[in-house]
Amino acid sequence: MFTQRYLPLWITASLLVLLFTVGAVQFEGFGSLRVVVNLFSDNAFLLITAIGMTLVIISGGIDLSVGSVIALSGVAASVLISEYQWHPLAAFAVILPLGTLFGALMGAIIYNYRLQPFIVTLAGMFLARGLATTLSEQSLEIDHPFYDFVSDFGFELSGGAWLDLSTMIFAGILLLSILLMQYSRFGTNIYALGGNEQSAQLMGVPVKRTTITIYAVSSLLATVAGIIFTFYTFSGYALAAVGVELDVIAAVVIGGTLLTGGRGFVAGTVLGVLLMGVIQTYITFDGSLSSWWTKIVIGLLLFFFIVLQKVLSGKSTAHA
Amino acid sequence: MKDLEHVLPVDQDPVDHERTTPNAVSNKADSNTQSHKASEQALAAARAARYQAGTSNNFGRYLWPSCALILLLVVNLVLDANFFSITYQDERLYGSLIDILNRCAPVALLAIGMSLVIATGGIDLSVGAVMAIAGAVCANLLLVPDLSVFTVIMAGLTVGVLAGVINGALVSYLAIQPIVATLLLMVAGRGVAQLINQGQIVTFQNDAFAFMGVGNWLGLPTPIWLVIGMLLLCQLLLRRTALGLFIETVGCNASASRYLGINDKGIKLFAYAVAGLCAGLAGMISAADIQGSDANNAGLWLELDAILAVVIGGAALTGGRFSLLLSVIGALIIQTLATTIIVSGLPAKFNLLIKALVILMVLLLQSEKFRQQCKALLLMNKKGAV
Repeated sequence: MFTQRYLPLWITASLLVLLFTVGAVQFEGFGSLRVVVNLFSDNAFLLITAIGMTLVIISGGIDLSVGSVIALSGVAASVLISEYQWHPLAAFAVILPLGTLFGALMGAIIYNYRLQPFIVTLAGMFLARGLATTLSEQSLEIDHPFYDFVSDFGFELSGGAWLDLSTMIFAGILLLSILLMQYSRFGTNIYALGGNEQSAQLMGVPVKRTTITIYAVSSLLATVAGIIFTFYTFSGYALAAVGVELDVIAAVVIGGTLLTGGRGFVAGTVLGVLLMGVIQTYITFDGSLSSWWTKIVIGLLLFFFIVLQKVLSGKSTAHA
Repeated sequence: MKDLEHVLPVDQDPVDHERTTPNAVSNKADSNTQSHKASEQALAAARAARYQAGTSNNFGRYLWPSCALILLLVVNLVLDANFFSITYQDERLYGSLIDILNRCAPVALLAIGMSLVIATGGIDLSVGAVMAIAGAVCANLLLVPDLSVFTVIMAGLTVGVLAGVINGALVSYLAIQPIVATLLLMVAGRGVAQLINQGQIVTFQNDAFAFMGVGNWLGLPTPIWLVIGMLLLCQLLLRRTALGLFIETVGCNASASRYLGINDKGIKLFAYAVAGLCAGLAGMISAADIQGSDANNAGLWLELDAILAVVIGGAALTGGRFSLLLSVIGALIIQTLATTIIVSGLPAKFNLLIKALVILMVLLLQSEKFRQQCKALLLMNKKGAV
C-alpha cells in the first residue's frame, strides 16, 4: 500500500487533508459536511470529465476537446429542450450517442492516420466549439418541469448538507471506472497501451479498438458532464467551460497520473480535482485573496508534482 | 504514443540524421539509394529523410501552402471585386490585403518562435499567457513617470525571454515533456499577469509605445515591419549559421545529436527563449494596439493559432524540420480565412467551424495513408469512367 506506485496518491491525499484542516481551523464553518458535499456537487462536471481524461492520459494520449464537448452538449440539450420542446430524457438519449460518436471519430483518425492526439483533439476542440456557436450564440435558458424535479431530487444529510443528483451520478461513474480500470481487460489494455504501444500490439492488445474506445469514453463522459452542467446552470451557452480541459489535465497530473502514460489512478484524479476545489473554497472563505491566486497556486502545485514524478520515474529506471 | 511516433521517422533512415551538413546528408542519401537500387522503398525512405532533414529541394513543400493562400485570395476576389484594391491616404496604405497582414502580425510572430520549438520536437503552449504577462508589465511600467519607452520595451522583451528560458530549462534540463512543462506557465502565467494588473484592465496614454501597435512607417503599419524584421533576423541567424541545422538535428534525434557534440540542451533552451522573445513582442503589439493590458483576454488561444500556422506551413509536429517563411504563410492563411468568412457574408459564428474543418483537412493531407486512400479512390473513379 505504501509502495512507490502509490506515493503521488498519498502526497495528494495528505495535501488535501492538510489544506482542509488548515481551512477548518482558520475559518468557522469550513470544516463542515456541507462544504465537503458542496465540493463534490460544484465540481461534479469537472470530476466526471477528469475521469475520462485520466483514461486518455494513462493510454499515453491527451484530449483537448473536452471543454468544448461540455459546451456543445449543454447547448444541444438546451436547443432541443427549449426550442424544439423535447423531453429532456429524449434529448439526452440523442446527445449521449452523438457525443460518443464524436470521440470515436477522433480516436479513429488518431489511430488510422497515425496523427498526434494533441493536434487531432485540438481540431476536435475547434469543431465542437464551432458547432456549439453555430447552434446558438446566445445563452439559452432551460425551463422544464424535469429540471425542477432534478434540482429538487436528493437526500438531506446531517448539518444541512444536500446530496444532489450530480454527485450521485458522479459516484456511480467513479465506481464503474475504478472497476473497469482495475478488474477488466479493457482497463489492463489501457495501461499496456500507455506503457508501450508496440509491446502492447505484440502482446495481442487490440490497439485499434482500445484507442477508439478510450476517446469515445472520454467524449461520452464530457457529454454527461455537459448535461450535468446544465442541471447546475439551467442553461446552455456556447462559451461555457472554456479552458476546462486545462483544469482537468492539471487535476490529472496533480492526482499522480504520469503524462507519458502507463501509470496512474482514477482515484488520484478525483483527489486532484478536490484539491483544486479546496484551494478555491479556501480563497473564497478568506475573501482577501484574489481569484488569480488560484491559478498561480495550481501552477506551483503542478510544478511540484511534475518534478516529483520526474524524480520517482528516474529512480525506478535506475533500479531497472 | 507520442514517443513512439517520435521514434518512427528516425527509424526510416537512421544514417541520414547523423550527418549535419546538407551536402553530406544528400550524398549519404544518394549512396544509400544506389546500394538498394532495386528497392523502391529505400528510395522513398531516403527521400522522406531528406525531406525531414530540411535539405530537400522539393518545391512541393512551398507549393501547397502557397497554393492554399492564393486559392483563398482568389475566392476573396470572386466574392469582392475590390478586394485587391489598395489606396494611399494619410501617409498610409489602406486595403484588405494590408489589413490581413496587419492583423496576422501577433500570430505570425508567435508562429516564428513556435516553428523553432516545434522543430526541436517540442511545443510551447504558454505563448498566449506570456503575451499577457509582457503586456501587463509594459502597461504598468508606462504608468511609472520618467521611464523611457526604450526601457519599457526592453523590459517587455526581457520578460518574454525569461519566460522562454523557464520553459526551456524545464524541457531540457529537467527533461519534462514539453506539453506539460509549458502547460505550467500557460495556467500560472495568466494568474501572474492578473496579479501584476491587480485584476484590472490597465490603460495607458503613450504615443511612442502605441506606435508599435497602431503607428505606420513608410506607408505600412508598424506590426508588419516588426514581423518582417523578426523574420529576417531569425532567418539570417538560423540559415546563415549552422544554428538552424542544429535545431533540426536535435529535433530528428536528440541523443544522436548529443553524440555528435551538439549541445542539445542548449539548443532547446535557445528555441524556447526565441519563442518567448516573439511572444513578448507580440504581447507588446497587442497591448499597444488597444493602449491597455487585459490580462484575461490578451493572446487568449493564440498559442493554438500559432501551432496551427506552423502545422499548415507543413512542419511535422514530431520535429526535425522548419521553415520560418512557411509558418508566416500559415499565419497568413489563418487570417485570410477569417477575413474570407467576413467578406463572404457568412455569420462570424461559422468562423470556428470552418477553421476546424480546414485543420482536419490539412492534418489528413499530411498523413501518408490518407493520401494513398485518396489516390486509390481517384484511380477507382477513373477505372469506372473508362
